[in-house]
Parts: sequence; structure tokens; C-alpha cells
Amino acid sequence: MICQKCKKQPATIHLTEIISNQKMERHLCEDCAREEGIAIKAQINLQDVLSGMLSAHDAAERYANLACPDCGLTYAEFRNQGRLGCPHDYEVFAEPLAEILEKVHGGTEHTGKMPARAGAGTDQQRELMQLRRRLQEAVESERYEEAAQLRDLLREKEPAGGPE
Amino acid sequence: MDLSDLILAPSQWLQSTGPESDIVLSTRVRLARNVAGRPFSSRLRPEDQQELAASLKSAIFKALGGRELAWFELDGMEEIDRRCLMERHLVSREFAAGQGPRGVAVDSTQRIAIMANEEDHLRLQVIFAGLQLEATWHEADGIDDRLEEHLAYAFSPKLGYLTACPTNVGTGMRASVMLHLPGLVLTRQIEKVFRAVARLRLAVRGLYGEGTQATGDFYQISNQGSLGKSEQELLKTLDAAIPQIVEYEKQARAALVAESPTLLDDKIHRSWGLLTHARTISSDETLMLLSAVRLGIHLGRLKGVDIATVNDLFLLTRPGHIQKIRGAELAESERDIARADYIRKRLGSP
Repeated sequence: MICQKCKKQPATIHLTEIISNQKMERHLCEDCAREEGIAIKAQINLQDVLSGMLSAHDAAERYANLACPDCGLTYAEFRNQGRLGCPHDYEVFAEPLAEILEKVHGGTEHTGKMPARAGAGTDQQRELMQLRRRLQEAVESERYEEAAQLRDLLREKEPAGGPE
Repeated sequence: MDLSDLILAPSQWLQSTGPESDIVLSTRVRLARNVAGRPFSSRLRPEDQQELAASLKSAIFKALGGRELAWFELDGMEEIDRRCLMERHLVSREFAAGQGPRGVAVDSTQRIAIMANEEDHLRLQVIFAGLQLEATWHEADGIDDRLEEHLAYAFSPKLGYLTACPTNVGTGMRASVMLHLPGLVLTRQIEKVFRAVARLRLAVRGLYGEGTQATGDFYQISNQGSLGKSEQELLKTLDAAIPQIVEYEKQARAALVAESPTLLDDKIHRSWGLLTHARTISSDETLMLLSAVRLGIHLGRLKGVDIATVNDLFLLTRPGHIQKIRGAELAESERDIARADYIRKRLGSP
């Protein structure tokens, strides 16, 4: 096979690119590749890196059948697509994700901006929603002692001062 | 603002007016956000997608009240128009090619674009001309604050803003700077820059983001991770790296002028000759030639050519735009002819 670019030297570098689901193959000689080589190196795509890491992940098999009760995504599906299904997946797949996050980001904990309503993160939101529902049920069925406990618990769990 | 007006209007970030604009074309900050208590876009049913797009649109218009804002639905939009939005960096490639109810809000200066129902529910981006990391972040941050008054974001104190792809979790921020580096390419030093940049956890991409080839000697440098560092820290890494790369590019240009002025002039004027005389020309060749001409103007070796026109041509000669200008769908070979005609017309050549 000869180089597609200069059409002189033998092609020794073979590139496969997928753009908009279209597979494109390019075959270049070393000189032409070097000319474009910058681009080759520059094209290490985060998604590819992630997929590579996901498939090489030792624990992957162990978690393959783990599924999110909220959106139904399994870990195996995530591994294929590289995309999560809902915010709760971060909790369901917390264990296998931890190593991936560390590799991709070099960090594991958020230290940046927080929404003004920071307390109302998804975990807390779910918990608060559940507590409010139980409180309402307790009031409706006139279990006042339980309602008072739930009310105190809610106050404690709610972000200080509520939404800013 | 009608879609055709928007597509044919000059983009402010291309106007070459910002700081260091001979080398730094633009600075962009993108924030990925999702609404709490809902699946990410890919797992929404079409009717839920429709409903979410409508509520996001309403939140965006409330949050940005007072600005001149237009909303474009991509579902059902002509392919050429979607392509033009992508070429203008107003929507991502995936968003342009995607399916289902989705839209983008664009302000009249085209510096702000907010996609609804991208892979994340919201993708907010701000693009400024030249090197302006702090100002661009400040603008994006402010819009994010105002959006949040109308939306509850999916957020965890430990992992930050939760995103469909784990590579964006944390700040959800990607800050990128678009650089024009023909000097480093010509002096074959560009790889050194890439190696240095990679050590700083910065990523290099081509003109149109992930997986696109670096064409016309344009490179985007952006933060690679988004978790574990604050927005300010991520910006600081870029802020430290970019002026250095700009300095290397200046040195490379000076070396070309000092050591091989004839070869340099040959490249610049040969490119000018081709652009002003070709009868058919591909979009990739156009980018390469425009790159050399842009370099020639900035080095003062090509006189009497308007830099604004050349900057405009980088965008207006892309496949989507050339069809939009012609007002017709064209096959590749027809596009190449239309492009050559348009370039000659704009550069004042018979």
C-alpha cells in the first residue's frame, strides 16, 4: 500500500477515525504522517482513552450486572457507551468509577464552584423528598410524635438557611 | 434575529481584535450542567426531551432577560444550517448531527450559546476574541448563576456537577484557547509544545474540537481534567501555559524571518497566488493557504490585504457556509468551484 498523501512512499501508518459515525481510514508514510503527526498526537481523544480504560478495567466484569434502580443503566452498558444514564449512577457505580475518575482527572473530590442551593445535591434531594413524604404521611394518619421527630430530622438535614 | 442573518453575520470572536490576537484567536469557556432528578439526555423519552427542552428554553430566557437572544430548534432544521452552526462553534458536532427535540439559544453577538438537550441537559459556552480567560470565565460564571435561579442542578458535594460523561464531572468546565501556530509548525517545533502541554494535564485539539484534525495551523488547548481542581486553578494552568506558547510562536516567526526569509516569502506569496487565482479549491487547502496569508499579514510581508477579510474567510469558506452563501445545496466538486469564486471575489481578484 502506498501513502495516500504523497502517493510515493509505502504507507506505514494507518489511522482509523470515526467522525459522525462514519469510519474513515487513512494510510500514510512516515514523512507525511510526521507532517500531520502533530495532528495524530493531538488527537488522543478523551473518549477513546476512557473507553480503553473502561475495557481494560479489571473490576469491569465484577460490576457488569450492577444496575441503577433509577434509570436502569447497567455497568456493562456504561462500559460500552462511556456515558452514564442519570445523576444517581455516580453513586450506584461509585466503586468502579473511583479509579476511572482518578485516572482521568488526577483528582477525586470537587473543590470548585457550588450552586447556591448546594445542599440540594441529588443524594440530599432524594433523602429530603423521602423525609417530606414520610412527614406528610405521619401528619395525615395523626401520628404526631413520629411527625415531630421527622420534622426535627428534616430541619437538621436541610441546608442551613435553605436556598440562598 | 433570523437564522440566515446569524449565519452570514461576522462572529465577534473571529474579529481579531482581542489581546494577542495575531496568535490567539479566541478564548472559550464551556460549562456542562444537568437538571436534578431526571435522567441524562440520552435516556430521556422523546416526550420528556420535548418537555425538558421547553423548560430549559424558558429558564434561559428568564436568566438572560435583557439580552438580545434567539432560539433555534435543531430538530427539523436543514442540514446546511446545522452545519453552519457547528462551523461557527455555536453547537457541537454531536449536537448538530444528533436527533430529537433540542435547541440552542444564541445572543446577538454570538459570544454566548446555550445548548439544551446536548449530551448534558445544558451546555453553556462563552467565546471571546483573543486571550481573555478571566473575562470569559466571569461571563460564563455569571450566566450560570442566573440560570441556577431557575433550575436545580444535579450536584454532589463530593463530585461536583454531575455530567453524562465522567470526563466532565466536577466543575463541568472546559476552558480552551484557540491558537494560530504556523511558525511552530513551519519550524517543526510544534510537537515539543504538545509534549510540554500534555505534562500540564492540558489537551490539544484541532479547529473543531475532539477528534478533528488540526487544520490551518489552528490548535485548541484546554484543561483535560475537571475534578479535583477549582475553576480558578484550572484557568491558572492555562493562563500560565498560553503566554509561553505565544512567546515560542513569536520566536519561531522571528527565526523564520531571520533565517529563511526567501522560503517564508515564497510560502506566503505562493499561497496568496493560489487563493487569488484558483478556479477550484478544497476547504482543507483553503485553510492551509489562508493560514500562510494570515501569517504574512501579521509579519508585514504581505501588504495591502485586509486581515478582517482573511479572518472572515476562514469561516465563510467552510463547506456549510459556502453552500449558505450560494443559497443551494452543492456537491463537493461544485462547492470547490463556488469556494474559489467566492475567495477571488472577496480578495478583489478577477
